Amino acid sequence: MQLTLLALTLALLTVIGFLIGRSRASSSVGGRVAELHSVPAYHGVYVALWAGLPALLLFVAWTASEGWLVLQLVLSALPERLATGDGQSVALLKADILNLARGIATGREPDPLVMEAARRYTAFRDLADWSLLAVGASLAVAGLAWGSHRIGPDLRARPVVERVVRVALVLCSLVAILTTVGIVLSLLFEALRFFSVVSPLDFLFGTHWSPQMAMRADQVGSSGSFGAIPLFAGTLLITVVAMLVAVPVGLMAAIYMSEYAGRGVRTWLKPALEILAGIPTVVYGFFAALTMAPFVRSVGEALGLDVSSESALAAGIVMGVMIIPFVSSLSDDVINAVPQSLRDGSYGLGATKSETIKQVVLPAALPGIVAAVMLAVSRAIGETMIVTMASGLTANLTANPLQAVTTVTTQIATLLVGDQEFDSPKTLSAFGLGLVLFLVTLCLNMVALRVVRTYREKYD
Amino acid sequence: MSIQNQLKLRPRADDRPGQRTAAALPNKMTAHGVTVFYGAKQALRGINLDIQENRVLALIGPSGCGKSTFLRCLNRMNDTVEGCRVEGRIALDGEDVYGKAVDAVQLRARVGMVFQKPNPFPKSIYDNVAYGPRIHGLASGRDELDEVVQTSLKRAGLWGEVKDRLREPGTSLSGGQQQRLCIARAIAVSPEVILMDEPCSALDPIATAHIEELIDELRANYTIVIVTHNMQQAARVSQRTAFFHLGEMVECDDTEEIFTNPRDERTQGYITGRYG
Repeated sequence: MQLTLLALTLALLTVIGFLIGRSRASSSVGGRVAELHSVPAYHGVYVALWAGLPALLLFVAWTASEGWLVLQLVLSALPERLATGDGQSVALLKADILNLARGIATGREPDPLVMEAARRYTAFRDLADWSLLAVGASLAVAGLAWGSHRIGPDLRARPVVERVVRVALVLCSLVAILTTVGIVLSLLFEALRFFSVVSPLDFLFGTHWSPQMAMRADQVGSSGSFGAIPLFAGTLLITVVAMLVAVPVGLMAAIYMSEYAGRGVRTWLKPALEILAGIPTVVYGFFAALTMAPFVRSVGEALGLDVSSESALAAGIVMGVMIIPFVSSLSDDVINAVPQSLRDGSYGLGATKSETIKQVVLPAALPGIVAAVMLAVSRAIGETMIVTMASGLTANLTANPLQAVTTVTTQIATLLVGDQEFDSPKTLSAFGLGLVLFLVTLCLNMVALRVVRTYREKYD
Repeated sequence: MSIQNQLKLRPRADDRPGQRTAAALPNKMTAHGVTVFYGAKQALRGINLDIQENRVLALIGPSGCGKSTFLRCLNRMNDTVEGCRVEGRIALDGEDVYGKAVDAVQLRARVGMVFQKPNPFPKSIYDNVAYGPRIHGLASGRDELDEVVQTSLKRAGLWGEVKDRLREPGTSLSGGQQQRLCIARAIAVSPEVILMDEPCSALDPIATAHIEELIDELRANYTIVIVTHNMQQAARVSQRTAFFHLGEMVECDDTEEIFTNPRDERTQGYITGRYG
């Protein structure tokens, strides 16, 4: 409640600060705004920043440390016999206090001292929030006063505001980077736990995947084998099939859209293709499992081939269809980016349209097309649902697309589905797979981005 | 110095009596009543113009007057522009280039084009020049192709500068060199007519002087039509000049006549710099 109040106060004071700053700025020069160093709006933002920013920083620092500080305060007031002991009992005590303070029953009759501590904790928290409100509000008022006091014709408000904005922009861009780092670190630590149980060599080069750990020594069918080669091979196989579908079709579609289609056709064809990218992958999964897989099987049987009812071919074809819009849309963009002057140059030499496309346009667009294909590949590698539904979970080591295979992502999904203990190698192996997957797609994306960048440098 | 004075001071072969008359040279291309629409907008109104063999014809006029449009009609480059409609008759050696029997692709092999901005293909210098001969099958075998590339680069005055770096990308050359590469590329197809759309507008004065010299040399073997905004350039390189204004061809005459004794006052106004 206090926090909401504080937020409202700050917002109000910031708005007031802006209005005061702006009007003081123009009145300080008698309305002749041109005499100001910065336009009045910058003075307004300047005062608003003084009013809002220090209080906001205090608020962030306070809320980050308040809980811990109050808890320490409460603990230090407890008698020695409770507050000391090994780490675990203190952690338990802390948890008890917090739970009682929130009104959650701890499940056993609490020590009256602990009850008392919980009450004190709640009271302190309340007090702390009120004082935060008081301190924050007065800080904002003081900032507002200081800021508006400094307003004058010579105040360089714009550079200050621009610097603050720049810092804010940097912070925003850091969020994305820090999130990525956080994800990588969590992945890394879990993967390291896995690799302390299973040797990385066995994992990367083993050819048998059976992620079961024996609970008891005499358990049946729990060989506990973590050779990931069948998964990598399965991923590769399905990706290759998907690319064999997506690259030619997508590229041809892109060439048609950018070189042959009239403006009218293009305006509806491109969005229509992009709709394919918006279909949920689960729906593609249905299509793969219920339509494509039986179709592939019956065609295979007609040809006298032995096709598994869940085949890599069916999953790969459907995945390829799903990826077509990626390839076509990105390729269409890069083909359109090829300067018209190159086409004119080729036509001017008496080249036909197809000669021009094959020998001038496509080579010029090639780096961009390669980048598009690479992005499509990393999309295919990361795809989970279609394979789960259409190609099954059997970790076969085979190069035959008519067999069922499984992929890295599918295994990760199945390993983590349901209630799992997060310290068994079975579950942890998901993180090992995730790490490999992350590294591979990262490399692909980096190469793709680099190719795109060199391409851009050429025509700007 | 005014253009008129420049023209008087500069001695040139064509000024000799008896060689200057238009009747001495046959028409390579002729245009009769050429009218062009871009959608609903009329860009050219009934242009009649003769283009004489082995001469340089300069098309001058203010921006948007239709001179580039006319140039692009001569090899049907306007076919690639959506909504463009060409009426009237344009003939190459007496044959209507918009006739049913004529293929625009074959026409462009006979009527080559050099563009305003140098546009080398993203290929090596060698492959840029060899592009045309390859698609038209003009050279059988490696040696013959080498020969064509070398001759074309020599004619474009670029051979000495690039003979040791034929495998480097065409885009690595300087702007002026790129434009000469584009000229070499056009020559390699052995066209009969070369159309140049402001070929020097993206170049510095030294590179421009190079290209202008080149144009003068090329006249011996090709018929050249050049669009230019630079009237000194028109005076320097051309034997005949046509002045375009608002989609009409105002007058066409020997270059010297146009610049010293224009008949139309619009031409007079343009070349003396009163507008445009």
